[in-house]
Amino acid sequence: MSPGNDAVLLTGNHAVAWGARLARPKVVPVYPITPQTPILELLTEFQAQGELEAEIITPESEHSVMAACIAASLGGVRVFTATASQGLMLMHELLHYASGARAPIVMANVNRTIASPWGFWPDQTDSVAQRDTGWIQFYVESAQEGLDTVLQAFRIAERVRLPVMINLDAFYVSHSLEPVRVPPQALADEYLPPYAPEHYLDPARGESWGNVVTQEMYWRHRRDIGGAMDAVPEVAAEADREWQRLSGRGWDLVERYRCEGADLVVLTMGSMCGTAREAVDELRDAGHAAGLLKVRLFRPLPAAELRRALAGVRDVLVLDRNFSPGAGGVLHQELRAALYGTAAAPRVHGALAGVGGVNVPPAKIAELAGRARSSEPLPEAVWAR
Amino acid sequence: MSTASAAAITPQSFKSGVKPVWCPGCGDYSVLSSITKALAALGLAPENAAIVSGIGCSSRIPAYTSCYGFHGVHGRALPAATGLKIARPDLTVIVAGGDGDGYSIGGNHFLHACRRNVDLTYVVMDNHVYGMTKGQPSPTTEPDWDSKLAPGGTGLREFHPLVIALASGANFIARAFSGDPNGTADLIAQAVRHPGFSFIEVLSPCVTYRPEQRGWKDAVRPASVAVTDDPARAARRLMTDDGFNLGVLYAGRRAPYRAAPQHEPQSPASLELDFAL
Repeated sequence: MSPGNDAVLLTGNHAVAWGARLARPKVVPVYPITPQTPILELLTEFQAQGELEAEIITPESEHSVMAACIAASLGGVRVFTATASQGLMLMHELLHYASGARAPIVMANVNRTIASPWGFWPDQTDSVAQRDTGWIQFYVESAQEGLDTVLQAFRIAERVRLPVMINLDAFYVSHSLEPVRVPPQALADEYLPPYAPEHYLDPARGESWGNVVTQEMYWRHRRDIGGAMDAVPEVAAEADREWQRLSGRGWDLVERYRCEGADLVVLTMGSMCGTAREAVDELRDAGHAAGLLKVRLFRPLPAAELRRALAGVRDVLVLDRNFSPGAGGVLHQELRAALYGTAAAPRVHGALAGVGGVNVPPAKIAELAGRARSSEPLPEAVWAR
Repeated sequence: MSTASAAAITPQSFKSGVKPVWCPGCGDYSVLSSITKALAALGLAPENAAIVSGIGCSSRIPAYTSCYGFHGVHGRALPAATGLKIARPDLTVIVAGGDGDGYSIGGNHFLHACRRNVDLTYVVMDNHVYGMTKGQPSPTTEPDWDSKLAPGGTGLREFHPLVIALASGANFIARAFSGDPNGTADLIAQAVRHPGFSFIEVLSPCVTYRPEQRGWKDAVRPASVAVTDDPARAARRLMTDDGFNLGVLYAGRRAPYRAAPQHEPQSPASLELDFAL
């Protein structure tokens, strides 16, 4: 197939690979892991056909992959990689390093359960557990959104000089075939000009990275990362607006679905949004004022936008397809923190819904919503399936 | 060793009843069979043995046996097995895995397991490919192996596991072929009996991604020279080896790892003596 404006059937993984191809990365270090491997396979195929001018390297582990990504990125070229689950866990040390080095790497992560025990099911614990690593994080619901978000991610990463992780749920998104519009290369090029960083490892200039620093320098460096993170909601919103102008598709940082006049809002991220849309439709059909807030940008959490979107809402039902033992659902915790102390904050109800990939049908979400309306929120999230 | 009567223990005693999900024709079926034969021949009972693995097709083995099993994370079978053997020296600990788990992501642990020389038996089912993720080149893949995922080949020199094991201090080094399950069982039994870290490289064809490996049955042969305990001789042999000589290629005499001797703790007063003016 060739890029154009006609819709073609692509899996989430292949859509992400197309997004990466259109971004013209120069180095792609990657290690195979289920369910991410089809991304690697398609990129390899593009390269073999001469359609992707990138060096694809397959280091001996994901830890080495991220080490290679960082160094390649600091060399001044665009870098893409993809992983899942245990691979992301193994990268953890270098995820911190990548943001500290201000390397604008873009990585797709296919959300999969983490061991032990072994499983291959959709579960976002792998990536929410990386929330303190200094990576910007997106969660996508569809293949098209995956493709578009890869391009947006490079634009954002290179502007704020922080790495971006795009998360797509195992199988529900990664392996489902959906109609996808692959934009022409010229459009992608217009949106994403060649990467030309101000600073990169250049022997002629003798700059270096990662040196031992004083407390004062370390403190300043961390504060600067914080400043870059603070700028992300505005930069990401601009990136989305510009993409919408060029491609006709925008995704927002927080999508409001049928939230007009809603007294109950379901809030979740990733593939669960598709199920929640159906639940909201059913609730609306039954005469209930229900809506969905889809959190697309999770790190940094767009707190101001969430507060605005939830103004006047009585109950929020947070669905977490992740589990932090001892804390519950991560999105539930983060939303409560974002709303704490605000005037007339909604009641926040948490459900651990779909942990380990278990099915949560729309009727279950409607049932949880009904319970949220009629009872005070519990301090802990409830287990749901 | 088991107190169970030898007559009651058969290779079948070591099978779990869980049906393997390997591809039809995979070499790993017969390696599983060889491991169970070896354990029965050693007179062990299932509760006397543990099988530790990492990730990959071959690393599924623990679930298919009735021994103690541990299916750990990718590449880390050897450190887990080391911990187990040190905590429970009475257990026979077999570590199983493939060339991806053992030589790439776990390569560093392979070096140090050989060096540490804990009494483990490491069975690597080598098919020169990442099978579980559907056919990427592994460290033992030939540099010119042309495939969809490595068009034109990797161009990278193969890892030579036996040479590396010898250089790193493994105390027993053998090569087996899955197409000879009795010979493989015998080598595994010898490896378990030999003290210290024993390494068996089993050529185990991947019929799905490397169908040409069916030809290995015509390439393998018993090694034409007797086993040596001289590392220098073994090094010369292994460096000139074509990869198809079967049998015990080195059986060393290094003393296996022992837990550090327990000294009487020094008193603070005796420590201070060293600093006395």
